Amino acid sequence: MLKVKNINTYYGKVHALKNVTIHLAQGEIVALIGANGAGKTTILNTLSGVIPARTGSIQFLGEPVETLPPDRIVKIGISQVPEGRQVFKGMTVADNLELGAYLRFRSREPREQIRQDMRHMYELFPRLEERKKQMAGTLSGGEQQMLAIGRALMARPRLLLLDEPSMGLAPLVVQEIFGVIERLRRDEGTTILLVEQNARAALKMADRGYVLETGKVILEGAAAELLENPEVQRAYLGKEKKEIWER
Amino acid sequence: MDLADQIAQYMVSGLSTGAIYALIGIGFAIIYNSTEIINFAQGELVMLGGMFTLFFLETMKLPLPLSILLAVLATIASGVLFERLTIRPLKAPTPLSLIIITIGGSILIRGIAMLVWGKDTHALPAFSGSEPIAVGSATILPQHLWIFALTGIAIVSNKLFFQYTITGKAMRACAVNRRAAGLVGIDVRRMVLFSFAISGGLGSLAGIIVAPLTMTSYDVGIMLGLKGFCAAIIGGLSGGIGTVLGGLLLGTLESLGAGLISSGYKDAIAFVILLLILFIRPQGLFGRAQTERV
Repeated sequence: MLKVKNINTYYGKVHALKNVTIHLAQGEIVALIGANGAGKTTILNTLSGVIPARTGSIQFLGEPVETLPPDRIVKIGISQVPEGRQVFKGMTVADNLELGAYLRFRSREPREQIRQDMRHMYELFPRLEERKKQMAGTLSGGEQQMLAIGRALMARPRLLLLDEPSMGLAPLVVQEIFGVIERLRRDEGTTILLVEQNARAALKMADRGYVLETGKVILEGAAAELLENPEVQRAYLGKEKKEIWER
Repeated sequence: MDLADQIAQYMVSGLSTGAIYALIGIGFAIIYNSTEIINFAQGELVMLGGMFTLFFLETMKLPLPLSILLAVLATIASGVLFERLTIRPLKAPTPLSLIIITIGGSILIRGIAMLVWGKDTHALPAFSGSEPIAVGSATILPQHLWIFALTGIAIVSNKLFFQYTITGKAMRACAVNRRAAGLVGIDVRRMVLFSFAISGGLGSLAGIIVAPLTMTSYDVGIMLGLKGFCAAIIGGLSGGIGTVLGGLLLGTLESLGAGLISSGYKDAIAFVILLLILFIRPQGLFGRAQTERV
């Protein structure tokens, strides 16, 4: 579905991604793990067209997409849930969701379909429905994360890019959000590329994973294998250490 | 005429100029919120509104309503062109360089207007006669009523646009979080263009409805622009009620000051208020600037 080949991305002079090659098959959940500054978020932003790659190719559903601007990327079916949620804080929950479907409004899709998808989001995240008239900025972190995911889903993406959905959230909320991610794949066949600092949780849910270090892919493989890999355990899973939410 | 009557009279004219300032101020706010720049060419769009009307009315000999409509459209087109030629081409824009560009643009527009229309002051005819109407102890001109009505309509439709249409919401989203707006598929640059179009429309309307009362010339934009900026600052650069109140407050204070103290201080009053707000309450008199922007 997605084939990223040898991309190189720069922030000014900083070489942030070095010959990164990854791929995703339809319906997969793939985790990108790595330390801070390894380039995980940069991969998502390159895919979204926010920071275009200087060299290399990106194919989505067989089409080259590496030169498209962000709005065209959304249009062809790749939506990103950005790091730190980035909801529209001064706007209501309902407005946030509606804006997720902005391009569908623009392409004159029947309102009823969009409304139906709104109802579906409220069903996925019942807490959003309770708060639909509230300003997004007044929501808790977990609710904002749900809203950010719901907003991205309103574009009906085929590929969802999730950037650190568990960041700063309470363990129970993380579980709830990860539950929804699994449900999306199971019920709707959404393909998901997941960036996580919480490597263990990400790998437990994912089919495959890539390990990044300083802008390079240093390891890739089935998620279960990566979980067992001693290198990965030492560097990213903190051997012996148990995360609170796992108890 | 005793003092109370005088004050009533000053209030009427103050509120009507205030309404004009509010319209111009909203134009500032809309562009500020979508680009973080203060468009100092806003005043020139106001001037263009009046001058274009005059052009269609006197040179082209078109009827007044049609001239007004065409003038608004021509000013919107000028605003769009201005954005295309000066704001968009910049590769690495910073708010400061953009603001300086708008100042340069305003000087250019003013210069062109002077070359085309000369330095004379022109009058637009009042929209429906100039027979004063008595309201209590004050008198009011029909043109004042036009100003109140058209400003009211413009402000309400502006509000409805930003509150209820998907394009309006998308523009607000750009103001709230530009990056996230791009990520949901909003073409941010297009929204910036829209904001220049809307500001051009509001500004030109202001310039047109005030022209029968105060006359117009190639350089009216400087003062009107600064007063509108002042209204927007009082309102905390909100695109809504804050700036409207800011404009009305400014217009009234100016008119009372000019009438009761000396008309020589009229402009000084506006700028003293501007400086006081910037020093003491830069977020605007009505607070909540962070959540009420549009």
